[in-house]
Amino acid sequence: MATLIINGQEVHAEDGQTILEVAKANGIEIPTLCYHPLLEPYGACRLCTVEIIRRGWSQLETSCTYPARDGIEVKTNSPPVIEARKAILGLFLSRCPNVPVIQDLARQYGVTEPPFPVKDPEEKCILCGMCVRTCHELVKADVLNFSEAGPERKVGPAFLEKTRQCIGCGACTIMCPTGAIEIVMERDAVYKEKPLGPTSAIWVPSMQAVPRVPVIDTDACIRFRQSDRTEGEIADACGVCQMICEADAVNFDQEDEVIELDVGAIVVATGFEMWDPGQLSQYSYGESPNIITGMEFERLSNAGGLTGGEILTAAGKKPERVAIIHCVGSRDHNAHPYCSRICCMYSLKQAHLVRDKTDAEVYDFYMDMRTVGKAYEEFYERIQKEGVTFVRGRGAEVEVLPGGKLRVKGEDANLGRMVHVDVDMVVLSTAIEAPHDADRVGSLFGLSRSEDGFFAEAHPKLRPVETNTEGVFLAGTAQGPKDVPDTVAHAGAAASMALALLDRGEVVISPQVAVVNEELCSACKTCISLCPYTAISFIEEDNVARVNEALCKGCGTCVAACPAGAIQGRHFTTQQIMAQIEGLFRLPGKQVEAEVPVAEVEGAAS
Amino acid sequence: MNGNGADFEPRIVGFLCNWCTYSAADTAGVSRMEQPANVDVVRVMCTGRVDPVFILKAFREGADGVIVSGCHPPGDCHYDSGNYKTFRRMPLVEALLQQYGIEKERFHWGWISGAEAPKWAQLVRDFTEQVRALGPLNWQRQYESKE
Repeated sequence: MATLIINGQEVHAEDGQTILEVAKANGIEIPTLCYHPLLEPYGACRLCTVEIIRRGWSQLETSCTYPARDGIEVKTNSPPVIEARKAILGLFLSRCPNVPVIQDLARQYGVTEPPFPVKDPEEKCILCGMCVRTCHELVKADVLNFSEAGPERKVGPAFLEKTRQCIGCGACTIMCPTGAIEIVMERDAVYKEKPLGPTSAIWVPSMQAVPRVPVIDTDACIRFRQSDRTEGEIADACGVCQMICEADAVNFDQEDEVIELDVGAIVVATGFEMWDPGQLSQYSYGESPNIITGMEFERLSNAGGLTGGEILTAAGKKPERVAIIHCVGSRDHNAHPYCSRICCMYSLKQAHLVRDKTDAEVYDFYMDMRTVGKAYEEFYERIQKEGVTFVRGRGAEVEVLPGGKLRVKGEDANLGRMVHVDVDMVVLSTAIEAPHDADRVGSLFGLSRSEDGFFAEAHPKLRPVETNTEGVFLAGTAQGPKDVPDTVAHAGAAASMALALLDRGEVVISPQVAVVNEELCSACKTCISLCPYTAISFIEEDNVARVNEALCKGCGTCVAACPAGAIQGRHFTTQQIMAQIEGLFRLPGKQVEAEVPVAEVEGAAS
Repeated sequence: MNGNGADFEPRIVGFLCNWCTYSAADTAGVSRMEQPANVDVVRVMCTGRVDPVFILKAFREGADGVIVSGCHPPGDCHYDSGNYKTFRRMPLVEALLQQYGIEKERFHWGWISGAEAPKWAQLVRDFTEQVRALGPLNWQRQYESKE
């Protein structure tokens, strides 16, 4: 613990701290260019120079490298310091006359013109070594380094040639104080251009995510990429998120794990996926960054998004005209024939957001406005009054014009003719569809799916959350397109069905089970291999097969297969089914002829 | 029995599994899909329960055609593998029927899931016409005359 005086103020420093760190901790500003708390101090730019008075002797030192010793006095703004900084900034300005950061700093110290001859007005590098240290200390790729000496000193990869060592992480461009490094994409690799995609390797899936914690994208994370690339040799690269996390919450060893649980009820709430509009070429999705889906619009207009919630085109300008196209991928026999239910309302909301945040004209192409729900129709009326132009007719085609404008064509069914409008941004209100792996989830839980691909409920009106598999319930869009209130209600119903099942404390089984007539059983064991539930076991001491009624589901496969006719399926006995068949053909009053005993015919079975 | 020619209305018995084709037939009816009223349905829990004797019994009682329909393999079967047992049995039934002199066009077996109500209605329409074209079977009478 050291005590020193900075600008007449007594401050305390911990062991190992530098003067700059102590000053920052106490709110004393010292200008820097080559300092970063995550990197080792380097003292290259000299801008953090301060006057240090020790044992009566005054000297100028860089505060980023000088230890905060006990008893010293520091002046951060004394006349010698100001003079020194002026000289330093004069040198910087002469080397890099057109870098805004340096221009601003120089102006603060009264240096407006380069005091020395300018060699290259385009020069941006001040040789501070931030990039070199970042590449070495954090990324551990060791691509960048200094070469040559004196006035020829420069920064770059070995021999200033392209190198495979560079992983294109871009850390150097972020650290460079003067913007001297640019990343040039030779090909789309990890960073395939995704205008509204994630912005870094660690991100929160959405502002409303529950739990709202960030996740690491291991395909983009420097640490994982370096480790994968070198097969674990460089396992401790970067880790900046871990270093700066005060809660010590970042754990790189955390991996997906399979947890096995014994449960009594399962609620399937696997949700939906957005239909990919790239499947129908008339919407030109992917041909212009200004053709976006409703989901991408949500990200654009989100206050936590890339533009801070401002609605801007890819060029960063406010759009003058926006078109919203309903029913993209829904109510379309080339995609999904069903109505995806939520799109009309989210399209109206997005039309409202565009009108609210910009002055843009909004053209809303719709086939039918399906605003079913409490207060939804009133919302539609409100949007009509907000000046949105509603065009009744499907937006048939989006064309990217040579100037980058987008032409939306469609038929106005009310006017009875084709119309088109040139806009700056097109929002495609894409359908929701069943997740691509719904078939696998379905066979895992024994769920059937309805024609639209969503999971089928046990009865469309009377059992909307139950399935044909006992103890498995459906919640939300796993069962079909739903808006938020309907999803909440459906999920509540599923939860209460599950609770009712668990609360009963005992399981009610169907009475439709198979029973073995042990007198007739000939111990052939045919039934045992056929039972999909291993409900039939062979009792050696009695030399008969016996059904465990708790396991039997009553499918009747064993009943049909038993060569001795010894097994009967309760409620679906052979006699009952035979009687049904007879009932179909023997009219009442007609003489019933003598019946051939069933057992005689049953030899034909299996 | 039924008359001949254009007036002939075939009688068809359908053995449908409770979970797939029965619910498809139910949906087809609830949805008012157009289908002739020639098929009488006998519900079983699984097509695996369909003893070949049932099919013979139906023909003997006077059916002109029989349908056995259940869940699509693989994976749709409510009982995991009942449809596979049907898959194995039905070709044998086909062969057996031909030995009895029953045209193979009078017997249909296959898969219709609960989501395929239109497919069921189509099957009923097509199969009814197919059996109508063959005329009455009158197997019982033939059976008795041979006795």
